[in-house]
Amino acid sequence: MKSYAGKVLRVNLTDKSINVEPLNMQYANDYIGGRGLGTRMYFDEVEPTIDPLSPENKLIIATGPMTGAPVPTGGRYMVITKSPLTGAIASSNSGGHWGPEFKACGYDAVVIEGKADSPCYIDIKDDKVEIKDAAHLWGKLVIEAENTLKQTEGEKCRVLLIGPAGEKLSKMASIMNDHDRAAGRSGVGAVMGSKNLKAITVKGSNKLELHDDEKLKEVVKKCNALIKENGVTGGGLPTYGTAVLVNIINEGGINPTNNFQTSQFADAEGISGETMAEKFLVKRSACARCPIGCGRVVKLDDQVIGGPEYETLWSFGSDCGVSDMNTVIKANHLCNEYGMDTISVGATIAAAMELKQKGYIKDEELNGIALEFGNNESVVAWTEMIGKAEGLGAKMAMGSYELCDSYGMAELSMSVKKQELPAYDPRAIQGQAVQYATSNRGGCHVRGYLISPEILGLPEKLDRFSIDKKPEWAKIFQDLTAVIDSIGMCLFTSFALGANEYSELYNASAGTQYDADKLMIAGERIYNIERVFNIRAGVGGDQDTLPKRLLEEPIVDGPSKGEVARLSEMLPKYYEVRGWVNGEPTPEKLSELGIDI
Amino acid sequence: MIEVRLFATFRENRGKKIQVDAKDGNEILEKIDIKKEDVAIFLINGRDGSLDTPLKDEDIVSIFPPVGGG
Repeated sequence: MKSYAGKVLRVNLTDKSINVEPLNMQYANDYIGGRGLGTRMYFDEVEPTIDPLSPENKLIIATGPMTGAPVPTGGRYMVITKSPLTGAIASSNSGGHWGPEFKACGYDAVVIEGKADSPCYIDIKDDKVEIKDAAHLWGKLVIEAENTLKQTEGEKCRVLLIGPAGEKLSKMASIMNDHDRAAGRSGVGAVMGSKNLKAITVKGSNKLELHDDEKLKEVVKKCNALIKENGVTGGGLPTYGTAVLVNIINEGGINPTNNFQTSQFADAEGISGETMAEKFLVKRSACARCPIGCGRVVKLDDQVIGGPEYETLWSFGSDCGVSDMNTVIKANHLCNEYGMDTISVGATIAAAMELKQKGYIKDEELNGIALEFGNNESVVAWTEMIGKAEGLGAKMAMGSYELCDSYGMAELSMSVKKQELPAYDPRAIQGQAVQYATSNRGGCHVRGYLISPEILGLPEKLDRFSIDKKPEWAKIFQDLTAVIDSIGMCLFTSFALGANEYSELYNASAGTQYDADKLMIAGERIYNIERVFNIRAGVGGDQDTLPKRLLEEPIVDGPSKGEVARLSEMLPKYYEVRGWVNGEPTPEKLSELGIDI
Repeated sequence: MIEVRLFATFRENRGKKIQVDAKDGNEILEKIDIKKEDVAIFLINGRDGSLDTPLKDEDIVSIFPPVGGG
């Protein structure tokens, strides 16, 4: 198959060995690339019960067949490992420019094993791969460390790295690239930190061979037109970025506020996409080969920096009761600098605010720093305390579940499988409720974005309060997302493209014979093998649930008042359409999908 | 009167929040010069609504062009 580099790099940090292996082409055919391929490789190599922060854990960084190909948004990479936050499979996605540069070095994936005895980084320049000393970089913030590495390895190299949060093993640590792009979720940065690995620098010169250049140009032209014509990818996202969702979600009473205590934020306008565009936006930015350009560059005092996404405007904004854009921009920037997941950090501060509000956290634990909803300084100060793992910040750096559990109040952690939920109250969007609960990586909106049909009306409008057909929709969205994450493209293309277009792009690039149905089965295969890993890791169907508040306490305000997440009415049907029993794939289902384990 | 809340590009030359006297969504769009086909989300009191739904005094209508993200 074309569009693959055909090689996997293996770096063992314990014995310093560096090896190159052929890519398993059967796996590439069955699991595509990126998330799917990386998970299949990881499944073969790692015992599911290992400690995620031990040298026995491995970190796989995998590209897809579209990464580096001349297709719209063809530039993503995935990080696959066992999550220290959830204990389940982690696969975190990032854009920017690192993925295509890595693939141009001649590899589809790198497997990182063991643990270095001192801080190091890996430098990859085509087939020249070296493990180098990073003592001078340890403790450095992301932008300074990246700039220093570029001075050493060349201005044109691309840098993937962790910040101080990853070094300190925060379970909310991200892996960063290009200053402000992040493989954000599930604490993948802590796994890198546990290996004493600060960064991976890449500079490649290999040209990707494609199956049919002319056919691909034709399909790309069609896809670019669809993306341009689509109101979301051609209009809303370029103009306002993801931030435009703030007002939509808030108007519907779906906007979790003050740690999900209420669902509509009276001051949402201050943190909206419209306010950002009017008062803070400097310009927009785009990842490699992206015609959408949803990224925001904003001003903060005299600095020009990466701006917050919708999820971040929610986590540090509504969820903490904060309506000040500057506060959110500062907290977002701190997360980028310390290398932290903005969703989990904001949501954990919100959980801590509720613990304080209810008297579980005492004043003497706070080092004199306020911890209260609606307090701007509080949000910025605690973000930095978490980044530095100082005082109560060290406890908060372990995520909201461990924090709340330490006070005997785990139920105040608004998380699924210990990973913080994002910016949509599932009580007000029933499909999203079943999707959140069954997500293989815990609380997450990008394992199946049911917001698209239930709120935005794409590809068709569903009644968000109804449970009818929601389990079926959840499965379709989860499987299609697994395909997009594996192929190496951005999930946002799915507002305009469908499985037909993805299969056409893949076939023209790689020479495969996929059609839409076969592609969706590959997505289902990927979803099932993730699930099998989770079960073996001890994260089974009993964790397919939601926080008690969302199941039992009706929304108290706004247009969605009175609603609870009707998960118990949807979960049996979801398992039925998946062919699972009690959350576990049956041997028959695994056999049907050709999962040979 | 109906409180009409406008978002994203619909605010240009119209403002964020206006009071409109109208019997339904069709009449609102006509009065504020927005084409039906440009409307992606139309909420009445925060819930999905139809342009044909009769409106009553003090209803709140929220109108969005195609936008999205996550």
